[in-house]
Amino acid sequence: MPAITFIHPDGKSERVETSGGESVMQAATRHGLDGILAECGGNAMCATCHVYVDESWLARLAAMAGDEDALLDGTAAERRPNSRLSCQIDITPELDGLVVRLPERQV
Amino acid sequence: MTVSGTPASTDPASVPHLDVDPFDMTFFADPYPAHQRLREAGPVVYLDKWNVYGVARYAEVHAVLNDPVTFCSSRGVGLSDFKKETPWRPPSLILEADPPAHTRTRAVLSKVLSPTVMKQIRDRFAAAAEERVDALLEKRSFDAITDLAEAYPLSIFPDALGLKPEGREHLIPYASVVFNAFGPPNELRQQAIARSAPHQAYVAEQCQRDNLAPGGFGACIHAQADEGAITATEAPLLVRSLLSAGLDTTVNGIGAAVYCLARFPDQWQRLRDDLTLARNAFEEAVRFESPVQTFFRTTTREVELSGATIGEGEKVLMFLAAANRDPRRWDQPDSYDITRRTSGHVGFGSGIHMCVGQLVARLEGEVMLTALARRIAKIEITGEPKRRFNNTLRGLDSLPVTITPA
Repeated sequence: MPAITFIHPDGKSERVETSGGESVMQAATRHGLDGILAECGGNAMCATCHVYVDESWLARLAAMAGDEDALLDGTAAERRPNSRLSCQIDITPELDGLVVRLPERQV
Repeated sequence: MTVSGTPASTDPASVPHLDVDPFDMTFFADPYPAHQRLREAGPVVYLDKWNVYGVARYAEVHAVLNDPVTFCSSRGVGLSDFKKETPWRPPSLILEADPPAHTRTRAVLSKVLSPTVMKQIRDRFAAAAEERVDALLEKRSFDAITDLAEAYPLSIFPDALGLKPEGREHLIPYASVVFNAFGPPNELRQQAIARSAPHQAYVAEQCQRDNLAPGGFGACIHAQADEGAITATEAPLLVRSLLSAGLDTTVNGIGAAVYCLARFPDQWQRLRDDLTLARNAFEEAVRFESPVQTFFRTTTREVELSGATIGEGEKVLMFLAAANRDPRRWDQPDSYDITRRTSGHVGFGSGIHMCVGQLVARLEGEVMLTALARRIAKIEITGEPKRRFNNTLRGLDSLPVTITPA
């Protein structure tokens, strides 16, 4: 199963083994990872599962939809060109090794 | 748990029939034993009292919420089937609608109540919470429902909407009618609708563009008509959605949080030790108390749900509150734990109809609990809490408390 590396703001990294058919947010919350809040439970309404995707991986993700783009304007931490909502990134085998950085805060 | 379009040859009689009336006063007084009975009876049950299917386990509630094509909202999210009965008011363009019609109206309200807008109103909402605590510290002993859970949202939400000062006393009674009307034709519903005319007249009037102050949520909705996102006749009905669902729900949410924190002093102390827990303390109260207890859907086709076959045109009652305490999903579901990972609870629903005002609710809850915990050492319940009965909403009518300043 694909694994994802989350890098916390303090530099500490955490590797999470994912299961099939879940989003990056779901993998994170299932592992009790601090730094992903996901208040709306993955319904693309709250922008509290914000991540910065490692640049080398960015182009390999499916393009974001308009609602995600709009929500990213309201993130608590600064929006950057590599900002995504982790609930909108479905994990596929090609994403094995994906690296994402966690923002300073989600609310 | 499965949702399938090709029903297996299951015997409809295999769905357990229960005599539970989830809209009865004795049920409202203590729903928890009945919730357990509903969950344990099976993944899908049938309630003979109102001839509806019911789901009370997390997995099935979540599945129904997330399959709006099979379990539709346009035939009403109460017991009344709009295909067979005339709705008591013109249907909501968002709550009682399905895609694609719903997609358009939903986008408008999502925009008006977006995370970006929350950033703009946050300081104002926080300042009002501090002012409320000032007033409570003067009183020391007060009713935590009237003087806190109602007074705070009333001090900010109608202004945020842009409502005129006159007539606001209709707001909570109107919401109470709306949420009673989702229930069956029992006394609560009949009486609520019978007395609703003045409240309906007030709300219809306030939804008009001329009555909404510039810059407020209401004016922003009307401005979307200028953009062509909705029509000018749709705008007032979308404003009505905020008037229906934006106030009484947060009153009950904040009331639930205060009631939890007053009952569980260890959790109050944890919050006082770490104010960053305020937002989750509110969220956990929404899971624990589930201010919105139930909603219905209507099947658009025959469907198999977790082994039960449900025919077309059947009402399915989702017990959100029971799902939020399903031991299959939650560890120690009956304890209020402000550090719990609450993500995934269905207190705000789930899927395309998940509460569009959830960010406003969380903002109100967070800033109010932060202000309380920073300045109050202790909240003591000093009298018997009184319950307020409603077919959909769970909350208190009064909660006498005495506070000790920090």
